[in-house]
Amino acid sequence: MDTEKPDSPGTNRRTLLKCMAWAGTGIVWTVSGGVPRMLTMGEAIAAPADGFTFVQISDTHIGFNKEANPDAAGTMQAALDRIATLPKRPAMILHTGDVTHLSKPAEFDAAAQIMKGAKFDAHYVPGEHDVIGDDGKQFFERFATQANPGGWYSFDQGGVHFIGLDNVQNFEKSHAGGFGSDQLEWLEKDLKGRGASTPIVVFTHIPMWPIYPQWGWSTEDAPQALANLKRFGSVTVLNGHIHQVVQQIEGNVTYRTAMSTAFPQPAAGEGPGPGPLKVPADKLRGVLGIREVTIVAEKPAAVSDATLA
Amino acid sequence: MITSFQRQFLAAAVAAVLLAGAGGAVAQQVATAGPAQISIDNFDFKPSTLTVAAGTTVTWVNNDEEPHTIVNVGQPTRVFKSGGLDGGDTYSFVFDKPGTYDYICSIHPHMSGQIIVK
Repeated sequence: MDTEKPDSPGTNRRTLLKCMAWAGTGIVWTVSGGVPRMLTMGEAIAAPADGFTFVQISDTHIGFNKEANPDAAGTMQAALDRIATLPKRPAMILHTGDVTHLSKPAEFDAAAQIMKGAKFDAHYVPGEHDVIGDDGKQFFERFATQANPGGWYSFDQGGVHFIGLDNVQNFEKSHAGGFGSDQLEWLEKDLKGRGASTPIVVFTHIPMWPIYPQWGWSTEDAPQALANLKRFGSVTVLNGHIHQVVQQIEGNVTYRTAMSTAFPQPAAGEGPGPGPLKVPADKLRGVLGIREVTIVAEKPAAVSDATLA
Repeated sequence: MITSFQRQFLAAAVAAVLLAGAGGAVAQQVATAGPAQISIDNFDFKPSTLTVAAGTTVTWVNNDEEPHTIVNVGQPTRVFKSGGLDGGDTYSFVFDKPGTYDYICSIHPHMSGQIIVK
């Protein structure tokens, strides 16, 4: 956690509450689908009656058919069915990448078909599995025509500024995720002039903090991106890639990686590498999931991870 | 005076030197042979550095369930670039020009290897 500076615009009651929550005081836990959910004290005292609600899904890996999950299309469909039954219909879905397993046209077709059937507005960023062989041409044509040539874009919805970043095509120098200087320059311009009270949601594929660089679970030039983000009062960074829920809070910035809808992966450093983790078939849906996010002005994002079990 | 133990030790040492020489000869042979193979096991290229003679066909075999790619990076760059290799798939490239070629898996960029062509 960053040390708060006396002149930091982030030093306020909200930040203090978040820090307290992270430090272990004032945490309120609820459980949704077997996954503990952390509420901040402020939220528990006055639960948001309204707000802007959307859903994150990730790592659908359409085309994957190995033992860990022979039916990735079936579990992706189950995730969307689950979203359709949420008490509050989400305004849209963010997909944080690895839509397909091997960037094959048939995989893109199948994924697009499943998403079309769900009838949700959706925004996507690519994972490294979506840009194999063609630098993401098929991906961007289908799922992000609004993206800038390098793959990044932003939009405003529900009072929130959403920023989709591509960190899966700049791996050469870092041997991990990376944004590259063009994208960082664009981000600086995109944020310039925006009020610090605007809630920011960044969505990207690879974690933006170094969870386990030995397996590429980090984004080399994320600190430069963060330098432009940390003046905002509420920044939520959503990503996938590691197929499990891990979270971290640094000042006003909350990082949250999500479950996959296809298969789990081992915890950092457990086993030879970040491959599919095999679990008994009847336990699989207990380790796959979706994430519901509600943003209410002047409050930290309320995030709830739910499994498909 | 050399004892019998010392003589035995010397003989063993000489044999070891000879064996090492033979090993070197074998390595030399690999460098000049036709096809060469690199296996991908548990997120590792084995061997991670391979020296071959110009004209050698190098074949990568993915023994993992997880897909991998072979993408030439650094300088020169993109001389070779595979598609996605699913478990059991292979990729081959003929190295005609001498040089040092670095490569990574673009899906798992922490995996890297090098081909030295002489």
